[in-house]
Amino acid sequence: MSTMLRINRDKCGYCGTCVAVCPEDALELIDAYLSLERECIACGICARACPLGALEVVHEE
Amino acid sequence: MKNNYDILVIGGGPAGALAAKTAAKAGNSVCLIEKRPAIGTPVRCAEGIGKELLKEYIKPDPRWISADIESARIIAPNGTAIRLDQDRAGSEVGYVLDRKVFDRELVWQAAEAGADVIVKTRATAPIMENGAVRGAKVLSAGTPADIRAEVVIAADGTEAQFARRAGLDTTVPLREMMSCAQYLMADIDIDAGSTDFYLGNEIAPEGYLWVFPKGDRTANVGIGITGRKSRDGSRAKDYLDRFVAKSFPDGKTIEAIAGGVPVCRPLACTVGDGLLVAGDAARVVDPITGGGIGNAMYTGRLAAQVASKCIEAGNCSKESLMPYDTEWRASRMGTILERNYKVKEYFITLDDTKLNTLADSIASISFSEFSVAALIRELIKRNPKMLLELKALKDTLA
Repeated sequence: MSTMLRINRDKCGYCGTCVAVCPEDALELIDAYLSLERECIACGICARACPLGALEVVHEE
Repeated sequence: MKNNYDILVIGGGPAGALAAKTAAKAGNSVCLIEKRPAIGTPVRCAEGIGKELLKEYIKPDPRWISADIESARIIAPNGTAIRLDQDRAGSEVGYVLDRKVFDRELVWQAAEAGADVIVKTRATAPIMENGAVRGAKVLSAGTPADIRAEVVIAADGTEAQFARRAGLDTTVPLREMMSCAQYLMADIDIDAGSTDFYLGNEIAPEGYLWVFPKGDRTANVGIGITGRKSRDGSRAKDYLDRFVAKSFPDGKTIEAIAGGVPVCRPLACTVGDGLLVAGDAARVVDPITGGGIGNAMYTGRLAAQVASKCIEAGNCSKESLMPYDTEWRASRMGTILERNYKVKEYFITLDDTKLNTLADSIASISFSEFSVAALIRELIKRNPKMLLELKALKDTLA
């Protein structure tokens, strides 16, 4: 089973709150979309901070 | 694209614009890059600023002032309102800006002063040589390029990735990140001359909800809660939707935005070899109000002044740039940031019952001064039974 971060781009407000709290510098706000650019440790801190609920740590088989 | 400058500024907000303008006026070759395709948009701000603070940097202009504010109300959980009036206080309150136009004006002034401005250009990493920042690797509308500079001023806002990649720790702890959402609403019943701040753990846990007029019957209605209080079903947007449904059920939302406001202490150090960090990226937001525009303009300007001197002297080492860090920490801004950080740490411990008690104790007062310090002095004076508890607050005034 692996864990990963899922970005819901329809909910995302492209505000960068998640970028500033990410301990791994894994997220990048590029113009009008959010991108997972580097290794994510699926800690879920970004998902907590998101004002809109656009981020989710998902567990996959 | 020219690829060698005296000063490279990263970010086209108020910090970057003041840095670029100041640096260009001092005779430096300057380049300001902005990752978005347009300066000033999308807005990530409630747009309030004190009049006196604003006037230190720019002459007020109706083209970018949405509302002239004469009073402020702090509304406790039980509805008790503490009112601060311009007339009674004898000092000016503030403006609500139109940041889309305001930010463009500031960058236009930087361009007029001689700075190059390049939009849709993102710094992906610092150019590092022997531990010193010597410019930035950028992606300009998809094309990679190197822009070299004697000094880089990182004014890249909340994300603050440039300084992080140059080795400074800019990560904001979850508990000190305000998770914010805001609607620009039209056709609502408001007092167009008053900014309203709603407090309470039901309405905005560890933060506040604001109604900042943008004109008659229109306002920025927004909220900030701490990251640790944010979770599914109780995020900033959920609290905001509940307030709007209750208070402005017939209002129309013509813009919906989100944002993060860091309310941690400033970065432990805001300089490196060839690097200065200014504005939100330096974490110089007021931890009580969440206001950052004025502090961004102050630190942006100061960063450029110090950088100019160091370039002239031919030494842009961390040690040589350190007077920037020393000066803002010793400034009025530095003092207020430290005090308000402690005040914030106290206020977030209060439950609604205590917030109501404190608000009731000062609700009838005519404030002669419009400030956090004046509010604290009255709270201490009027609540002798809470003296022990308020000691933490009292100590912040020392």
